[in-house]
Amino acid sequence: MFDNVWLIPLFPLIGFLINGLLGKKIKNETIIGSIGALAVFSSFIVSVMTFIKLIGLPSAERSVNIKIFTWMTAGTFNADIAFLIDPLSCLMLLVVTGIGTLIHIYSIGYMHGEEGFYRFFAYLNLFVFSMLLLVTGNNLLLMFVGWEGVGLCSYLLIGYYFHKKSAGDAGKKAFVMNRVGDFGFLLGTFTLFWWLGQTHGIWTIQFTELAKNANLFPTGGVVTVITLCFFLGATGKSAQIPLYTWLPDAMEGPTPVSALIHAATMVTAGVYMIARMSYLFIRSPETMMTVAVIGACTAFFAATIGTAQNDIKRVLAYSTVSQLGYMFLAMGVGAFTAGVFHLMTHAFFKACLFLGSGAVIHSMHGALHHVHSHDDAQDMRNMGGLSKYMPMTYGTFLVATIAIAGIPGFSGFFSKDEILWQAFANPLHGSLNMLLWGLGACAALMTAFYMFRLVFMTFHGTCRIKAGAEKHLHESPMVIVFPLIVLAILSMVGGYIGLPKLIGDLVGGIPNYLEHYLEPVFANANAYMQAHTHHGHHSHALEWGLMGTSVVIAVVGICTAYVLYIASPEIPKKFTAAFPALHRAVYNKWYIDELYDFMLVNPCKSLGRFLWKGFDVLVVDGIVNGVAHVVMAFGGVIRYMQTGQIYNYAWSMTFGVVVIIGYYLFK
Amino acid sequence: MSNILSVMTFLPIVGVLLLLFIPKGSNGALRSVALVTTVVTFIASLPILTGYQTNAEYQFVENVPWIAAGPFAMRYNIGIDGISLWLVILTTFIMPIAVLSTWTAVEDKVKEYMICLLILETAMLGAFISLDLFLFYIFWELMLIPMYFMIGIWGGKNRLYATVKFFIYTLVGSLLMLVALIYLYFLGTKTGITDFSLVHFFDLKIAPATQTWLFAAFALAFAVKVPMFPLHTWLPDAHTEAPTAGSVILAAIMLKMGTYGFIRFAMPLFPEATHQFTPLIATLAVIGIIYAALVAMVQEDVKKLVAYSSVAHLGFVMLGLFALNEQGVTGALLQNLNHGISTGALFLIVGFIYERRHTRLITDFGGLSKQMPIFAVIFMIVTLSSVALPGTNGFVGEFLILVGGFESSLRWWTIVASSGVIFAAVYMLWMFQRVMFGELDNPKNQALLDLNAREIAIMVPLLVMIFVLGVYPNPFIEKMTPSIKKVIAHTRIEPVTTAKVAVPAVAPAAEVAPADHAAPVHPVTEPAAEKPAAH
Repeated sequence: MFDNVWLIPLFPLIGFLINGLLGKKIKNETIIGSIGALAVFSSFIVSVMTFIKLIGLPSAERSVNIKIFTWMTAGTFNADIAFLIDPLSCLMLLVVTGIGTLIHIYSIGYMHGEEGFYRFFAYLNLFVFSMLLLVTGNNLLLMFVGWEGVGLCSYLLIGYYFHKKSAGDAGKKAFVMNRVGDFGFLLGTFTLFWWLGQTHGIWTIQFTELAKNANLFPTGGVVTVITLCFFLGATGKSAQIPLYTWLPDAMEGPTPVSALIHAATMVTAGVYMIARMSYLFIRSPETMMTVAVIGACTAFFAATIGTAQNDIKRVLAYSTVSQLGYMFLAMGVGAFTAGVFHLMTHAFFKACLFLGSGAVIHSMHGALHHVHSHDDAQDMRNMGGLSKYMPMTYGTFLVATIAIAGIPGFSGFFSKDEILWQAFANPLHGSLNMLLWGLGACAALMTAFYMFRLVFMTFHGTCRIKAGAEKHLHESPMVIVFPLIVLAILSMVGGYIGLPKLIGDLVGGIPNYLEHYLEPVFANANAYMQAHTHHGHHSHALEWGLMGTSVVIAVVGICTAYVLYIASPEIPKKFTAAFPALHRAVYNKWYIDELYDFMLVNPCKSLGRFLWKGFDVLVVDGIVNGVAHVVMAFGGVIRYMQTGQIYNYAWSMTFGVVVIIGYYLFK
Repeated sequence: MSNILSVMTFLPIVGVLLLLFIPKGSNGALRSVALVTTVVTFIASLPILTGYQTNAEYQFVENVPWIAAGPFAMRYNIGIDGISLWLVILTTFIMPIAVLSTWTAVEDKVKEYMICLLILETAMLGAFISLDLFLFYIFWELMLIPMYFMIGIWGGKNRLYATVKFFIYTLVGSLLMLVALIYLYFLGTKTGITDFSLVHFFDLKIAPATQTWLFAAFALAFAVKVPMFPLHTWLPDAHTEAPTAGSVILAAIMLKMGTYGFIRFAMPLFPEATHQFTPLIATLAVIGIIYAALVAMVQEDVKKLVAYSSVAHLGFVMLGLFALNEQGVTGALLQNLNHGISTGALFLIVGFIYERRHTRLITDFGGLSKQMPIFAVIFMIVTLSSVALPGTNGFVGEFLILVGGFESSLRWWTIVASSGVIFAAVYMLWMFQRVMFGELDNPKNQALLDLNAREIAIMVPLLVMIFVLGVYPNPFIEKMTPSIKKVIAHTRIEPVTTAKVAVPAVAPAAEVAPADHAAPVHPVTEPAAEKPAAH
């Protein structure tokens, strides 16, 4: 009944081929853009149909494999090109194709007039294709195809302005750091495949088969090795400590790319992967703790950097890293549904924020261009007071900011609060829970602060743009504003599908639809958790109290931003003057990039140079050439025996005869 | 046609004869004849592919007496199986491309050049189809001569050093193999073997100590050719100095001779020794992967970088072969093909820009994407295939090798080797970035022309194969599988059950251990026999 599922990835692939091969000839931006957007929209339609069919099935049957063809078979190893349709992959399909469509539409306006317009749309379609393979692949290998494919598109799109060295560098950095993660993914796959085959004779990398046999896996031990390897993969793709530094640099790409790839979809692949294999992760307490701690630390750490950046996109980039940290925190405390929930709401509001910032940059860029200014169009210090020039952008941006800051009623509140509550109340990590919750709460405070700092610096106060340029500031065209409005609405209402039980009961028994929907996916993990941990009982009062705390935190963050950037803007300067070292460290991202260069990149290059000049040239070739020289030298001596002169030979003959006779005479 | 293999193999010689009748200097005619010859050879090789039966037998066999000199009886014994099939097709597939690539690059002594190319083709095909050890050796050595001239006459500045180094390195290895081969033959004659046919020797039970020496001699010859660390230093020199077609053939086909030699001869002939040497060879392979990647990273010359990347890639192939299980060997043989296609393409690409700019230094380039968009796309695809991106050919081979390695006794080696995926991305993408991205600031690059129709035509077949092998490799794998199973069975050391050729009672026990005494010296490395790793 899911016979047409293969159409979902096919449409973007066709779009990629048309625009990639013929785009240069087509030239017409409207046609190219429409092909790109239509391809993704068609996938969206099929995804919606698939979703409807899926929820028509009884809950237990909502997991269907659709095989297309056998990819490779060798010995015990077999991999198919095949898709898995279940509630989780279906949800991801809707998010990817839905937001993908909006961002494609937006890009038609945003990329207008860019050189290589067709190239952009081709890459974007290729990205969607890879992402769809990633979320629908029914085995680890096909997921890995998508996994690397999205990395490739990320590389291509970050380096879209390839003539800029910084863009090329950022692209390469992203690819290489992702490859470090991929190394983990591969090792995880090998270990998983080998262990299960070796000990139980089940040679498979299919998710449904693995899930079926989940109970064969022990607690800890080999499962810890497997899941830690996979988690390394997740840290690369989803920009977690220690592999997060590529994501802020990735902002070199065009803004729609940041919205689609580096906020809404690709970077959440790590979260998706853990959710997909929740039954494995839950069986390793060590890994769960690692995931939770790394997630919480990343959420906190990235938020600190976010508070001091002046580039509007960089603030959002660190915010993304931080929000991804929340999702991993959720995964690590066994709150899989909450993690996926936050993945979804984050996709809404962060896409909205990025696209909004893109609209701002677009407008700024045009205005500065008009007055021939070389001021940075992305630097918030050059902005201010933009709300009156771009009211629609401002409105949608504000909604998304409220959502991310965690104000009740908006989507971000529900998902983030659920994660914080689970971090506090989960039965897995015992005394560590306070720390996890504390880090998350502090990050929430900073999030509210830096996001409103961004809003205030950009849209409020006096306009600091170069004199004369402000009259060129304008609202964006409909093609850009429309996606913003849709995303703002989603940021507002998207949270209601996952209403916490506490509130749902209060307002008349509205269930948590999302939890119910995802229940079969996480059934094994949840059952395992039920059986192996002791659920502490937490009172409703405590839950209400923590929820209240969250709200207070958000409000405090917002107020602080207001005081510092609207009421008395001189305070930040004084603060910077008082703690110059701290500010410098935060502004320079704690010098992590420099540390990596010093510890890893440069030693590798030196080692390479040493091996080449020292070993290859000196040792190996030294021996080779040395042997040759010895032979030549020897030959140089020997050749004197072959003089070609008769009397020399006569002499040696005589000498030889004398020696031989002498020998026999005197022996 | 029963003698299709012979026809295919010696067609290039017919082309050589034709070339002899064309006057020097009429370059157009010379090139055309060479091209037509290679294309016809390719077409002649297609019936082999279509007529190939998917089983483990040697097919299209021709077996006639050739030389009988005293105790030596060599036969003209040729045939193919799943192991050589794709290498033969790869050879006939690459040759027209190689000829086309020299269309404008070689202006001097075109006649001699084309003759060298065609003789080389016959020699390479001959080596792949020989089922007689002596015949193999003849072709093996014959390959050296045209390549020696190609580098020495049409090469770069330092060509003499490079070509002598190439020749002597390879020859030293080969001569040891010759000695081992004759020794092996005499061992065989004691048990009633009367000729050099490969199949006879599989059932020869050789004492482990003897195997060690024989294997070492064979392995040295092949390891030089592969090339394995630390015997690889001839390769960067040979590649840098060779003309484009020379580099392409060297990388795409001749290096395969080394890995082919292992799987065809060294491993099944000397199973005990194979197991004994596995840790050593795997170690060298893994060192090669990491070492070559690190050295490639800091190269200033694009061609040298690609040459070092070859060393790394073939390290993977060796690892796969010595995993000695189906996944590993399948991956290795697939990676052999993939490397031929991808690295061949990379050398062509380097050739394109060298022809335009007469430099290969990375620092002389930058920003070429802007000036040469078609070139940029093609270069990107090939680069990605070289870093084994899923969807391209490189991935399938590399993945199967690593899966196989992980399941075998080489688990720890495989883990280290897997980190090669990171390094590959580093050196290839960094090079790509410096050549293709950035500002187009060198004035000499600002007038560069994009690829012309001929150059695109050369690349298209390779690009198609990159994707075909990446997306749908199973038809390729299926044809290889039975033969791979057979080879693995030959390398397996168990209390022997399959000895068909009875060992005569007079067999001197000192050299040839009777079948039932050939007890395993090492544990069987089948996955099923292994203990789970400690955790």
